[in-house]
Amino acid sequence: MKRFLPTGALTALATAVTLSASLPAAAQDVLFWSTQANPVEEAQMMRDNVLAGFEGEVDFQPSEGGPWLTRLQAELQAGSGKIGVLGALHGDFSGTVADGLVDLSEVEVGEMNENYLELGKLGTDQQLYLPWMQATYIMAANKKALEHLPEGADIDALSYEQLTAWAKNMADATGSPKFGFPAGPKGLKHRFFQGYLYPSFTNSMVTKFRSEEAVDAWTAFKDLWQYTNPGSTGYSFMQEPLLTGEVWVAFDHTSRVADAFNERPDDFVAFPAPAGPSGRGFMPVVVGLAVPSTAPDMDAAKSLIAYMATPEVQLETLRATNFFPVVAVDLPDDVPAAVRIAGEAVSKMTSSADANPGLLPVGLGDFGGQFNQVYVDAFERIVLGGEDVQAALDDQAETLREVMNEAGAPCWGPDEPSEGPCPVD
Amino acid sequence: MPVRTLPYLLLAPATFFLLAFFLYPFALVAWQAIATDEGVLTTQYLSKMAGHWKFDTALSNTFWLVAAVVPIQVALSLLMASLVTSMGRGRDIVLYIWTIPLGISDLAAGLIWLAIFEQTGFLNSLLVGVGVIDQPETFLGYQNKGTIFLAVVLAEIWRATAIMLVILVAGMGLIPKEYDEAAQVFGASRWQRFRRVTLPLLKPSLQTALILRVILAFEVFAVVAALGGTNLPVLMGEVYNRQFELRDGNVAAAFALLILVISLAFTLLIMWALRTPKEARL
Amino acid sequence: MNAAVTDVVPAKTGKRPGGVVGGDNRLARIAFTVVVVLLCAWVLVPIWLLVANTFSTPAEVNAFPKRFLPSFDTESVTFFLGFAGVGSALWNSILVATVTMVLSISIGAPAGYALSRFEFRGKGTFRILVLMTRAFPLPLLALPMAVLFIRVGLDDTVFGLALVHTTLALPFAVLITYSLFSGVPIELEEAAWTLGCTRWQAFRKVILPLVLPGITASAIFAFVVSWNEVFAAAVLTIEHRTLPAFLLQSLDVAPLHLKFAGGTMLVVPALVFIFMVRKYLFAMWGIANR
Repeated sequence: MKRFLPTGALTALATAVTLSASLPAAAQDVLFWSTQANPVEEAQMMRDNVLAGFEGEVDFQPSEGGPWLTRLQAELQAGSGKIGVLGALHGDFSGTVADGLVDLSEVEVGEMNENYLELGKLGTDQQLYLPWMQATYIMAANKKALEHLPEGADIDALSYEQLTAWAKNMADATGSPKFGFPAGPKGLKHRFFQGYLYPSFTNSMVTKFRSEEAVDAWTAFKDLWQYTNPGSTGYSFMQEPLLTGEVWVAFDHTSRVADAFNERPDDFVAFPAPAGPSGRGFMPVVVGLAVPSTAPDMDAAKSLIAYMATPEVQLETLRATNFFPVVAVDLPDDVPAAVRIAGEAVSKMTSSADANPGLLPVGLGDFGGQFNQVYVDAFERIVLGGEDVQAALDDQAETLREVMNEAGAPCWGPDEPSEGPCPVD
Repeated sequence: MPVRTLPYLLLAPATFFLLAFFLYPFALVAWQAIATDEGVLTTQYLSKMAGHWKFDTALSNTFWLVAAVVPIQVALSLLMASLVTSMGRGRDIVLYIWTIPLGISDLAAGLIWLAIFEQTGFLNSLLVGVGVIDQPETFLGYQNKGTIFLAVVLAEIWRATAIMLVILVAGMGLIPKEYDEAAQVFGASRWQRFRRVTLPLLKPSLQTALILRVILAFEVFAVVAALGGTNLPVLMGEVYNRQFELRDGNVAAAFALLILVISLAFTLLIMWALRTPKEARL
Repeated sequence: MNAAVTDVVPAKTGKRPGGVVGGDNRLARIAFTVVVVLLCAWVLVPIWLLVANTFSTPAEVNAFPKRFLPSFDTESVTFFLGFAGVGSALWNSILVATVTMVLSISIGAPAGYALSRFEFRGKGTFRILVLMTRAFPLPLLALPMAVLFIRVGLDDTVFGLALVHTTLALPFAVLITYSLFSGVPIELEEAAWTLGCTRWQAFRKVILPLVLPGITASAIFAFVVSWNEVFAAAVLTIEHRTLPAFLLQSLDVAPLHLKFAGGTMLVVPALVFIFMVRKYLFAMWGIANR
């Protein structure tokens, strides 16, 4: 042992260094650096099914938000890098990241959703990202919950009051609250408040932040929260509590309830989000593809993006990730159960008479995160902390005003367009 | 080789590492906490950090967690180290079992304890199965912050005691058994021998173990996030939130600097409290 | 001296070499065993739950009440074994951890020796500096480090990542060896010198064996720190991804049954390593066991 230590150690070190230096680098791969399709099974399907048909080699590497951002920032700062194509949510492409993206206007992609193409400009006149896939939030219910629906309620056209009454019935019948909400750390609850709650009650997202209607909105949500499973502050993906039975009715992203539908399609139903006094608010989730200015092979990156936009690949992506296409495709019959069930609910929601879509925030630049935090903090203070609604809203409105002024972003739907930064009344 | 330069030579590689891979990036990041992007010194980020409505909670949660976890771990690891060094056969296996949590990452530990405490978890399964309760309890709901705190304390004690244990066991091996035997001859009880013979001789290792554990404890995050979600804000969580969600690098750096300063203060305190008399020197 | 003491005092204290103290107190021995068993159970039960969930079907993982005895279904485990890229990620992790171990000990032990034997200016500062490397969150440091690595050409290499992990493991290596060297009396070295050894020979033959537990402890920490580190690995390695960078991020958002299976797979190699070196944690030829 005494003699093994120095010589053995040196040999081990030398071997390790030589081995690590001589491992060949596959230099021709396009590195696809994505925050989406992260779960292991989705990543596997992306590699095996979606990307296998591309004419070059693709190295698909999904990451969590932190490393994704840090690596990208490092490459942009250093002026050289390995990332070829970026895949991320609309909100991830904000701020200094947007400065490092290449104009994609000449990439051939065929017919795409106009609104999303506009979003992809990120407030500039260049096409900084191209839409890749979309999703939205729906509600899911265990069939056991259906018998507790209030009298006369149509599940495809619920109001918030009816939803609360339903939650109360379930809690009374089972002795424990059975409504669930993704209030956990990775939950996308800020999009619920921005795109569902606010438009449904105030017909606005920013201007009427602390209006009377907003107070009604939060009060209605507080009522619903009484019958919400307290474990909700830990839920990031509602499919798990739905499958374990902790929760019978849930609100979440279509791909975060997909497992429930895929594993037990006969036990669950999907339906649109509820409506408030000013309509049935909803908001899309848009995922885009972009190319950083430090990409080693621009042409390969752009051709990968064009490939991802073709209808067949969009369908394969749908099967892999449960995210819907952004180009017009006919859905075949063999889509997974989650796609079929969720897809029906989504079309009911978007085509309902009182639909009131909210757009994703545009032009917030670096302040997108702080904008979202205003709504999350409002939730934590009012609903979790029990603070007085008007007082908390007034306080948060101050912060919101600061954010909007510093960002200088004009209003977007459902707010009326404005001159200069969107005001907070 | 002149004796005077030998220590510096021995220290040189480590110093190079620290300069290149710690001081350099640290200086760049810490600078962000106290200066604007244009290079003007300012306290605005520090006051923004301190003025946020969650700051006090995050700070006190972190402190209370450290205060609850570390003393228990000190006692527990001292106990375990004494037990295992006075065992005969089987001490290899027992030590191995007790160091298993070392190999488990924070995330895996959080996962395990979540599986125990969640509403459909093992603890509830046990209680319902035995008949103590009818309905599963919500241990981790946002209304029972106290229970969440306790769950985190338990999980952290389980996960991180091995860190101190390994250091203490390594240190205990060098305590001459003669001192202990002599004390026995003079009629000292087990506890007295531990307090008067073992513990003082263990001071350097104890100091190291305690400092390292405290520094890591102020950075507690993964287990808290797994069990408490957003219900139990801690300083490290705020660092992550600021840097990656809010994209506010300056305030994130401010939080990080705060963690560093707190760790530094406690390190100095422990170094002073557990200082050992000098050995023979050249 | 030892012999003189045991001659004079009758063997009523019942000491066996390295053995359990107190044949005279049955109750104490029973209490001793009970405490040891309880502590072992405390550690092992949560591990068992991890393993149980790994070998359960997805339906069982989501069921309530949960069963404590799994049905030994291997579906989740097979998924990971067949997951493309796991093999090379595993190999990369092993490489990085090995290099980290070797580097941190070869750099840390001399520093620990210097700290324990010499008085010199800058000693206190160095100790504090070494500790502070762990006191600052790594995710923030990762950005300037990544920029540096890209510019210098260390980006996406096993060696580069090992350098970062060595910096994380250095405080353990330096301070553990320091506290152990402090426990070895200088007289032993001086005796070796008077017997004709050079400084280096005295160190190698006399001191090093005594501090082997410290070296082992440092090696364990270096391996484990490197093995479980995920953020820097996720940022600094692309084609040479380590296992946590490759798997851990995807596990966090994966379905529950895969989380457990993946978690177990990540844990097993570290446990194997600790098993291999466990007995070196006890002083072998040290003063204590003469």
